[in-house]
Amino acid sequence: MLFGIPLLSLIIWLPILFGVAVFATGGDRNAQLARWIALAGSILGFLVAIPLYTGFDTSTSTMQFVENHSWFERFNVNYHLGVDGISMPLILLNCFITPLVVVAGWQVIQERVSQYMGAFMMMSGIVNGVFASLDAVLFYVFWEASLIPMFLIIGIWGGPNRVYAAIKFFLYTLLGSLLMLVAFIYLYQSSGGSFSIEDYHHLPIPLNAQILIFIAFLLAFAVKVPMWPVHTWLPDAHVEAPTGGSVVLAAIMLKLGGYGFLRFSLPITPDASHYLAEMMIVLSLIAVVYIGLIALMQADMKKLIAYSSVAHMGFVTLGFFIFNAYGIEGAMVQMISHGFISGAMFLCVGVLYDRLHSRQIADYGGVVNKMPVFAAFFMLFAMANAGLPGTSGFVGEFMVIMGAVKVNFWYAFLAATTLIFGAAYTLWMYKRVIFGAVASPAVEGLQDISKREFAILAIFAIAVLWFGVYPFPLTEVMHATVDNLLMHVDNSKL
Amino acid sequence: MNFLPPDFSPAYSEIFILVMVCVVMLADLAAGEKKRYIAYWLTQLTLIGCAFLTFTSLSEETTFTFSGMFVDDTMADILKLMVYATVSAVLIYSYTYVSDRGILTGEFFSLILFATMGMMVMISASHLLTLYIGLELLSLSLYAMVALRRDSFEATEAAMKFFVLGALASGFLLYGMSMVYGATGSLHVQSIADAIRSEVAHHEVLVVGLVFIVAGIGFKLSAAPFHMWAPDVYQGAPTAITLFIGSAPKLAAFAFVMRLLIDGLGDMVADWQGMLVIMAVLSMAIGNIAAIAQTNIKRMLAYSTISHMGFVLLGFISADWNGYSSALFYVITYVVMTLGTFAMIMILSRSGFEAENISDFKGLSKRNPWYAFMTLILMFSLAGIPPMVGFYAKLAVLQAAVNAGFIWVAVAAVLFSLIGAFYYLRIVKLMYFDAPETDTPIIVKSDVKLLFSANGLAVLLLGLFPQSLMGLSLYAIQNSM
Repeated sequence: MLFGIPLLSLIIWLPILFGVAVFATGGDRNAQLARWIALAGSILGFLVAIPLYTGFDTSTSTMQFVENHSWFERFNVNYHLGVDGISMPLILLNCFITPLVVVAGWQVIQERVSQYMGAFMMMSGIVNGVFASLDAVLFYVFWEASLIPMFLIIGIWGGPNRVYAAIKFFLYTLLGSLLMLVAFIYLYQSSGGSFSIEDYHHLPIPLNAQILIFIAFLLAFAVKVPMWPVHTWLPDAHVEAPTGGSVVLAAIMLKLGGYGFLRFSLPITPDASHYLAEMMIVLSLIAVVYIGLIALMQADMKKLIAYSSVAHMGFVTLGFFIFNAYGIEGAMVQMISHGFISGAMFLCVGVLYDRLHSRQIADYGGVVNKMPVFAAFFMLFAMANAGLPGTSGFVGEFMVIMGAVKVNFWYAFLAATTLIFGAAYTLWMYKRVIFGAVASPAVEGLQDISKREFAILAIFAIAVLWFGVYPFPLTEVMHATVDNLLMHVDNSKL
Repeated sequence: MNFLPPDFSPAYSEIFILVMVCVVMLADLAAGEKKRYIAYWLTQLTLIGCAFLTFTSLSEETTFTFSGMFVDDTMADILKLMVYATVSAVLIYSYTYVSDRGILTGEFFSLILFATMGMMVMISASHLLTLYIGLELLSLSLYAMVALRRDSFEATEAAMKFFVLGALASGFLLYGMSMVYGATGSLHVQSIADAIRSEVAHHEVLVVGLVFIVAGIGFKLSAAPFHMWAPDVYQGAPTAITLFIGSAPKLAAFAFVMRLLIDGLGDMVADWQGMLVIMAVLSMAIGNIAAIAQTNIKRMLAYSTISHMGFVLLGFISADWNGYSSALFYVITYVVMTLGTFAMIMILSRSGFEAENISDFKGLSKRNPWYAFMTLILMFSLAGIPPMVGFYAKLAVLQAAVNAGFIWVAVAAVLFSLIGAFYYLRIVKLMYFDAPETDTPIIVKSDVKLLFSANGLAVLLLGLFPQSLMGLSLYAIQNSM
């Protein structure tokens, strides 16, 4: 708490209340009002999140900014919030992305504006709730609630196949989470009636129960990450979602899965994590290598970036399950960096899509002649996606590879192939879209980016370069927490 | 021998409603067709009066009267209050619908009051005869209500099916009860329990009786494999009547299970637990899978009811206060959600038009965003998605099942509820993702509008603050065991 203000509650409920206010503006006659309220709310949401960073104590791994009140006594469920070095950067990332998403949808969305903006504001608050919850039921409520706005965003403003994509997205993620709920209830019983996540961290559990709990968690988190082979909802959802939806999906929602591994799987079931680590590493490497190859073959830009997200998230899960500080910190850096890069990449595709209403690579060519400023930004993000040193994309991948070398050379070797495949699929797409002769009269008529688009892309570009050159502020805050987590993972709970 | 008059005070509300049924009938006869609203307001007044009488007798003590045939405990009082509120809401929701379809007759109100009285007797019964009388009073009123639209082929067919299958179920129950009587020598629920506890009763005979009783309960709860009547009756009956059948009687059915199975045959838990597990899993499987194939919204909701009753049974299998209070919590939330959903169907219906197909929900968010939003809340609640109250109900019964060691049943339950999520999502999809087929304005009376909004918001708010209702369920059960 800072100056007696329950900061985390504010970070969660402020965007939600603004979301309600945006909904209340009603029909499209008040669209402009809805936009401005959403923008004000999202910027305010980011501003109130800043004290989370400035007031953060990097020397401790205990939970900070803790709030704990009884929510319903019947099952001893508490409104228990708190952040540590793992969740704090993710909350900041979310609060950072929200205003950009609002601005990105400023002109593109002309229909049902208040519902669109309201859904994103709700989403932002709910996701903050997921990262800040320290009570399993509270966590679950936020976790599932986040599906509802996303479902509507994809289904209402998405592309031609949006209904299929929205329902697939919802049911896939629900499947994972329901088993997690059963695992929570089991833990509630075996801990003697507690839903506190921190209690679970110290709860001894026999190995076979740990394995079952691990698998229940795995389903929930693997679907969200998404890991191979449960990734198939992602390309569908991404392709059909409006640009803002794709950005939030890639930058924020995928991180929920990664966060889940760190908060639940590793500390609650450490023995099962070790027991099944090789399986997890193999799945991660399949995602990195195989999905990388699939990305190479995509004709649709959004699909390509979606597959590249799966491959990059493979790095994240790889980093988690090699159980050393390089791996986990690298994975965390990778999550944050992927938030910026994939968000920016989807925005770039959105910029093109808004103009030509096509995402097919084949429809473009020679865009640089008409949109030089845009081409420069796109270049930077494409390079970052490929993991070029000096961009944030490099830092995380490099750290994970360093961590993997310590465990097994071949893990590192296979993981490192991403530097080749990533460069191949991203730059090849870039070449086909941006360079070459002007492909069609439509491309001939392209206008370069507006000031609004320039501002959004510039902010992303600064973030990508900043964390590429100087990632210390990020690794500094997570250091103590990651050390503590590793200690937890190495202590058997049998 | 002196004749001592029994203590009437625990049954004041039942006596009051009985008197009022006659008053309503006579008043309606005198007022005639033009002034039917008199019967309506009298009925509402009766419910308020009952609520007042029940509320004043609300205490933590358990009182028996009429030689122990009638019991008044906390659970009974709370359940009755819920029944009054539900019936009152049903009346508000259905007034326009019923009068548009020419079944706003005096019988409508007296049948509803008789059915309510049947539920009250069931809830307060502590004797197999009282239980049976209450049940039959409720059932017979319901059969007649389904058939209120005499000129409708579907309604008559539904009433016939309902009656034949219901009579069969009553036969099962009676047969089971007679076996129990034969084994224990008593019809008093308490004496039956004592006889079983002291092991003087013949176990084999009891088990045979138990099988029949469980089958009868399955019929009344519409739990699989005794669910066949529900889809036909839900579809065939006028929507207002479906709303009534689908809501308040579930509260009475809960009391029925509590009195008969838990209070009376509670020590045979080893025998009935397995049966309930099978019924629960089957209900969730059949209900959720069959609902996917439905295009008629009422039929779909009937299957959804079947699956929800499976969840209620999950609460009973743990056989402790934790499970019962979870089941009660589930039933109450289910009734609140059902009220809202059927109300929405009636709101979409007009005179001369029945909103029967799920496609009637198409584009609702464009026609009326507020109703669409309320329906969205209800659908996600039925699917068990937080933060709606339906999630907490599922959490409670799943917790009870896991607590009793039925982890695999809980896993099956969540997997079937995943299947269930699909058809609720389909309604949301129709409302939000599809274009409207008609732009007929939705005209609703202001009291319905208000109640429906309160109903939808209650589902959301009870989800954000579930303690009140959970605490109430716990209080009701703990004070009555």
